[in-house]
Amino acid sequence: MPPAKPVARPLSPHVFIYRWPLAAILSILHRATGVGLAIGVLLLTWWVTAAAVGPSAFDQATGFIGSPIGLFFMMGFSLALFFHLCNGIRHLVWDAGRGFEKGTTATSNAIVIVAALTLTAVSWLLAWM
Amino acid sequence: MVEFALPKNSKVQTGKHFPAPAGAKNTRKFKVYRYDPDTGANPRTDTYDVDMDTCGPMVLDALLKIKDEVDSTLALRRSCREGICGSCAMNIDGGNTLACLKPIEECKGEVKVYPLPHMPVVKDLVPDLTHIYAQLTSIEPWLKTDTPAPASGERLQSPEEREKLDGLWECILCFCCSTSCPSYWWNGDRYLGPAVLLQAARWINDSRDEATGERLDALEDPFKLYRCHTIMNCTNTCPKGLNPAKAIGDIKMKMLERAG
Repeated sequence: MPPAKPVARPLSPHVFIYRWPLAAILSILHRATGVGLAIGVLLLTWWVTAAAVGPSAFDQATGFIGSPIGLFFMMGFSLALFFHLCNGIRHLVWDAGRGFEKGTTATSNAIVIVAALTLTAVSWLLAWM
Repeated sequence: MVEFALPKNSKVQTGKHFPAPAGAKNTRKFKVYRYDPDTGANPRTDTYDVDMDTCGPMVLDALLKIKDEVDSTLALRRSCREGICGSCAMNIDGGNTLACLKPIEECKGEVKVYPLPHMPVVKDLVPDLTHIYAQLTSIEPWLKTDTPAPASGERLQSPEEREKLDGLWECILCFCCSTSCPSYWWNGDRYLGPAVLLQAARWINDSRDEATGERLDALEDPFKLYRCHTIMNCTNTCPKGLNPAKAIGDIKMKMLERAG
């Protein structure tokens, strides 16, 4: 008898059945904000280029950035920047072999979130004062 | 490779519903992943209403009750029922753990039971562990020495040297951690995953082992070790309370230290 044809085994469910711990959500946010920052830099590049091109181009750029949509982008950009910065520092600490204990991770989760929100809020308060 | 959707033959359908026996007052719903290789049909989730008044406290008790009293075709691995054999590792209520150590009370709503995530399924809750066992073999998890054993017969360790193995030797190889790791999901063909790397650390940290350098050489690879991005799912899910993320961090540090 020829050997039985091997069965193509199904793959068990993964991302959509897993209950994501906070640390894992922050991890994927780190990557997402990294991509977001790369795109956001295009906006800043436009602003800087416009300043070099001339007054009318600069007015157009600042006009957009100052509009509600522009401000929304800028707030998102600054929040992404501060989150990526704070979580990046945490990654440096991990890379130095520290902060792996469960309790420490829970604490650093909270520190990263609170620090990113605080830095963003403070920056915007300073900008508007 | 990152692929969120399941392959066509793996999409989960809705299966049968098995109501509780008449007169049962205190019931819980168990939604269990089923796959029968003999029919060739897609996997499905069957729902069982289990009478909690006649059921033990752990998820494994409920699964065995289902197998004994309702549906004997349900396949799962189990042996010790006290968290030391690692057989009944599965995904319960969204997290990987041992069914024998997971109290039903801790689960929210209907108790969802899946096999370990992103693994080929042999039948129902039984994943195929061939590949992950081959990865374990690849790190040569045994004592390697060049020098002859001392005349007294044993290679001795100081209590301090022995302490370095704490948190490593307790691993029961249930693979809850490796199969909780998104990096292992997407790159499991080449990334060794937390369980196997924790075993590697167990031998790298053993004062009696004389192959530390070779062991580190073998891990110096963009995929085998460095696909760990410190997502921490491994440490969060380990049913034995171990810390694979820390063990991996230690190996990365040892790589740096020897690079000077």
